[in-house]
Amino acid sequence: MITVKELTKRYARTTAVDHISFEVAKGQIVGFLGPNGAGKTTTMRMLTCFLPPSSGSATVAGFDVLEQPLEAKRRIGYLPETPPLYPEMETAEYLIFVGKLKGLSGAELPKRVDYVCERCAISDVRTKLLGKLSRGYRQRVGLAQAIIHNPDVLILDEPTAGLDPKQINETRDLIKSLAGSHTIILSTHILPEVEQTCEQVIIINQGKLVATDSVRNLQARARGAESVVLEIAGRNGTLEPGLVEQRLVKVAGVSRVACKNQRDIRAVFEVESQKGQLVRGDLARAVVESGWDLNELRPAAMSLEEIFLQLTGSETVTEKVTAKGGQP
Amino acid sequence: MRNAWVICRKELQSYFVSPVAYILLIMFGLIFGFFFWNALGFFINEGLEMQSRGSSFPMNLNEQIIRPLLQNVSVVGLFFIPMITMRLFAEEKRTGTIELLATSPVRDLEVIVGKWLAAMILYACLLLFTAVNFAFLFKYGNPDWKPLAVGYLGLLLQAGALLAIGTFISTLTKNQIIAGAVTFGVCLLLWVLEWVSGYESSTWARVLSYMSVITHFESFGRGVIDSKDAIFYATVIFLGLFFTARSLESLRWRS
Repeated sequence: MITVKELTKRYARTTAVDHISFEVAKGQIVGFLGPNGAGKTTTMRMLTCFLPPSSGSATVAGFDVLEQPLEAKRRIGYLPETPPLYPEMETAEYLIFVGKLKGLSGAELPKRVDYVCERCAISDVRTKLLGKLSRGYRQRVGLAQAIIHNPDVLILDEPTAGLDPKQINETRDLIKSLAGSHTIILSTHILPEVEQTCEQVIIINQGKLVATDSVRNLQARARGAESVVLEIAGRNGTLEPGLVEQRLVKVAGVSRVACKNQRDIRAVFEVESQKGQLVRGDLARAVVESGWDLNELRPAAMSLEEIFLQLTGSETVTEKVTAKGGQP
Repeated sequence: MRNAWVICRKELQSYFVSPVAYILLIMFGLIFGFFFWNALGFFINEGLEMQSRGSSFPMNLNEQIIRPLLQNVSVVGLFFIPMITMRLFAEEKRTGTIELLATSPVRDLEVIVGKWLAAMILYACLLLFTAVNFAFLFKYGNPDWKPLAVGYLGLLLQAGALLAIGTFISTLTKNQIIAGAVTFGVCLLLWVLEWVSGYESSTWARVLSYMSVITHFESFGRGVIDSKDAIFYATVIFLGLFFTARSLESLRWRS
């Protein structure tokens, strides 16, 4: 549905987007991930024909954004970072205006307005001035204007930014329910959002493509091998972490053991095993047979956050991402 | 051009839902009302004087009231035009709604023409206010309506040219005040350029005075449609809108 080839955007002094290529299949939800200033918005603006690329090409729904912008625009619904609302218009008026701009007319127009109002849960503010709406409503009206002409492709720039947790969940559910009939690209710097909503991730950093893969593959790829977290407690008042490490390393298939932290008689270990080896049962047995208590045993699923850090791996990015990642 | 009409209606709505249109209408009505009252007072006074002197020189409503008043409107218009055009693009750029227009399947030209047309219609509404005053002349006097109609046509053409320039200036900035101030400056300059012809008659002076928007209104004010002047206004309208289109385009390459 979307094909991007060697897309580049240069400004006077900086290169905002540097030879990015990716493809998005029909009906998918793709997360566009990167720290602030990575080039997400610029890329999206090029896809929506708002900015022309410096070089490279992009086709949306089979139409080149430079050659046939009008045709491409007809098939794109776009929600910019700040919803493009006219404060002096009422919600319904605004949707009718946007609908007309997008080429709707006749009996179809009011039908679509009713549909998107219901879909985005904004029916109760139809006659309110847009300037008087709360942040959550503004965002939803923005989403409604993006889908009013039933576009093939939806491009959403940080659709959940600035919403409260309940609104975030509602917006995510709404976006998920739109997938299938629409191909969706959404940008975010909030990692759990991608894990929860998207099937595929495109990670960019400083204008360059870092990774593009399905969420699951990416997690597996970054993890390499399986790793397990164990919490072990000593029975008779003492616990020698060194001793535990020695014992655990001996378990067949284990490649590395590290003591993560220790408090009194309890200690947490992370055990990495070679690929394809199932070591959890053996680990549990080894611990119990050595006379320790096994308080906890769980697979260490790597969060996208860690993957992201691993892939982008620069200090400044680290700080930003951990700060942002803390949001729900 | 269906889209241009959609944009135009939206712009008109923005003018008339906010106080902008009403404040402009009221101010323009007040100012023009004062001019009219003044001109009429002067006219009556002169008439009485002539009567007392026994002079039989014919008084003429068209020459003595309508023509100078139309000239006044054309100058007062210069001050109102920046207030009409300053928000057209500057506001869209500031609030980010320009992104909606730019990513909708509409041509830049349709957006520009729509906005310019809305500004024209608002200006025509201002002129309509002056028509109320002139209506009194027709009730109590017997002026010729044709020169008045030609005068209005000239006013519309002149406003069209200045509004096109204002629209262009509005695309250059996010700040409405800047757009308004620059447009005002340009309008004023285009008015006073004509003064050069008062003391100079070199080619340069003639070119400068030719560029003045006021010079070209004179014949319209007299009730004469001079194709030279009509073409001048049409050219400025075209150039203004053309530069607006180029400016919008460059906005995309630069931003």
